[in-house]
Amino acid sequence: MSLPPSMILIEGLPGLSLIIWFIIFSIGLYMMRTASHQAISAGSRMLYRIFRLTSRSIIQTKDRVKVRNKEVLIANAKEANEHMIEREFDRIENAVKKDLASYPALQHKISETITTIDEEYQKSAEIPPAPPGWVAAIEPIASIKSEGDPMVGNILTSIQNGLVKGQDKALAQYRQSSKKRHDILKRIAPKWRVVQKGLSEVDSRVKSILDRSKSIDRHMEDYENLVRAKDKGQHALSSSSLTQFFIAGFVLIIAIGGAMINFNLIARPMQEMVGGSNYMMGFKVSDIAALVIILVEISMGLFLMESLRITRLFPVIGALNDKIRFRMVIVSFVFLLLLASIEAGLAYMRELLSQDDAALMSSLTSSVTARVESSAAWITTASQMGMGFVLPFALTFIAIPLESFIHSFRTVFGVVVVAFLHFLAFLSRFTGSFILGFGKLLINLYDLVIFLPLWVESLIQGKKLSHIMPVLAKDKKEK
Amino acid sequence: MKLKNLSALFTFALLLGACSSGPSNHTQGIYMLIDTSGTYTKEVDKAQQVINYTLAKLQSNDTFVVASINTGSFSEKNIIAKMTLDDRPSKANQQKRLFKQNIDDYVTKIKSSSYTDISGGILQATDYLTEKDNGKKTIFIFSDLKEELKKGYVRDIPFNLKGVRVVALNVTKLKSDNIDPREYMDRVTLWSKKVESSGGSWLIINDLEHLNKILVQD
Repeated sequence: MSLPPSMILIEGLPGLSLIIWFIIFSIGLYMMRTASHQAISAGSRMLYRIFRLTSRSIIQTKDRVKVRNKEVLIANAKEANEHMIEREFDRIENAVKKDLASYPALQHKISETITTIDEEYQKSAEIPPAPPGWVAAIEPIASIKSEGDPMVGNILTSIQNGLVKGQDKALAQYRQSSKKRHDILKRIAPKWRVVQKGLSEVDSRVKSILDRSKSIDRHMEDYENLVRAKDKGQHALSSSSLTQFFIAGFVLIIAIGGAMINFNLIARPMQEMVGGSNYMMGFKVSDIAALVIILVEISMGLFLMESLRITRLFPVIGALNDKIRFRMVIVSFVFLLLLASIEAGLAYMRELLSQDDAALMSSLTSSVTARVESSAAWITTASQMGMGFVLPFALTFIAIPLESFIHSFRTVFGVVVVAFLHFLAFLSRFTGSFILGFGKLLINLYDLVIFLPLWVESLIQGKKLSHIMPVLAKDKKEK
Repeated sequence: MKLKNLSALFTFALLLGACSSGPSNHTQGIYMLIDTSGTYTKEVDKAQQVINYTLAKLQSNDTFVVASINTGSFSEKNIIAKMTLDDRPSKANQQKRLFKQNIDDYVTKIKSSSYTDISGGILQATDYLTEKDNGKKTIFIFSDLKEELKKGYVRDIPFNLKGVRVVALNVTKLKSDNIDPREYMDRVTLWSKKVESSGGSWLIINDLEHLNKILVQD
């Protein structure tokens, strides 16, 4: 390293020139010391304040975003909860409709059975016929002793016989009556079972409604927690959103893979329909057409899912009345079916084109046209057609993860933005502090560069002090 | 209201149309000249292979012409087969089959010529390719590059090869080249200078396996 010629003060002594320059600069810098220190200090403080202010404003923004995230999270959760409660009420409504429709019939049946049982019971309670009344009148006569009189003996025997006969008859009648009552009671047993069955049916239906009401209670509790904005609930919701985001993202990636396979199935045969050499914005028109078909299929799938109220991406569709919604289900399904059929046709055409290409290549590469007929070729054709038909329907289900992805994306994006703002605020604070420290360092370095004049200054000040100090001490003493 | 909708749709269609680039920008035109003079006729089998390979690589709307180089090559009569492939792949395959058939027929009844008018062939090829507005223009010269003109034929005419690639294929060495290789080198240098000074680009491919690089579609 050498000094430029213009800076050499003494010819042939660049070192000395350098020292002289250094001294000149040191003196210059010493003269500007106070002003420079103030400038550096003020500059660094100003920058420090700017960065602090920026950091504070970023933190405020972060807080606002955080609040917004919280609101979005709660709104999403509320919506989901409302959706669940609504579904539960729908189920209860259906159950009530279904059960109450058959309830009058069931009640009628039970009361009819009970009436029959009552009647039967009344019948079973009938008193058996009493033994004839003359028996009691005859009994004293029958107890008279014959005492060897044959006539009296005969009369008594005949009375006894009559009495026995009468008792036998009464017994038979009693048995018959008892049998009849038993038969009636036997007939009542299955009717009791009918009543029991009916009552247990009522019980099970009421129980299912009670179960549903318990589920509603649970959802309501969640909902109340959300309304009260409990932190625990929010943390759970946040982590659930993150999980949903990744799961939905993963399923969407799989769906994109399916869409790509679908695209490859129809892109080549599309050339037969729209030409193979037309380009639009740098892309082949046939490729764009294939992509549009797939996108239309996905759209139809979305409409179908929306009309079936499986997803809620378009509130307008969800708010349609049931009749129009049902029509929409049919229309979107028919479109989907048509597109799937078209795709199956295109997949078949793809196979034909591939075979034609293979035959052409074979004829171009060899002088003899080799034709290899494969018995398993139909499997490829059938598989391609099958995939062409099935994939559009499979893509319909994209709507479900897509909805989850969109909903959870808002939350995840919010969390990422908050983290980013937090980092930015930290960076701003750090930069501010660094600049303040750097300013101090710069002041010290400045003093380091002008160490020579400073040393001289301290020497002079030292001398002055040594003169002043005894005077000051003397003054103090005198005082 | 309906009229408004229709006009909006029409505008959209026009915009799409404006965005779409015609087939010419992405297509290629290949003009292949086959030397049929003297002993080089024996190399026609290789030329056939090149043609078949080229046919396999061509896409919809590409143009392919095969013409012979003989005593006077600046003539449409020298064209053996020509085609512009259809937009539809199935139709294009049929055209390729027919083209191959024409070349096969020609090879069976090929006749050797006494002179070699390469310049005339290049002039004819340039003329043809300029007419066809392909995005990529290529002239294949399947020859030993030794030009022999019949007395009276004027060929010291500058070419207009702007945007045209000239690819010399299978440039065989002659007996005299073996004695003095400078003859071969001079021949090749002469043609490359001629082509490059006319605005074209020059390339030699003797190993036909390298042909793939030329025929890869953009």
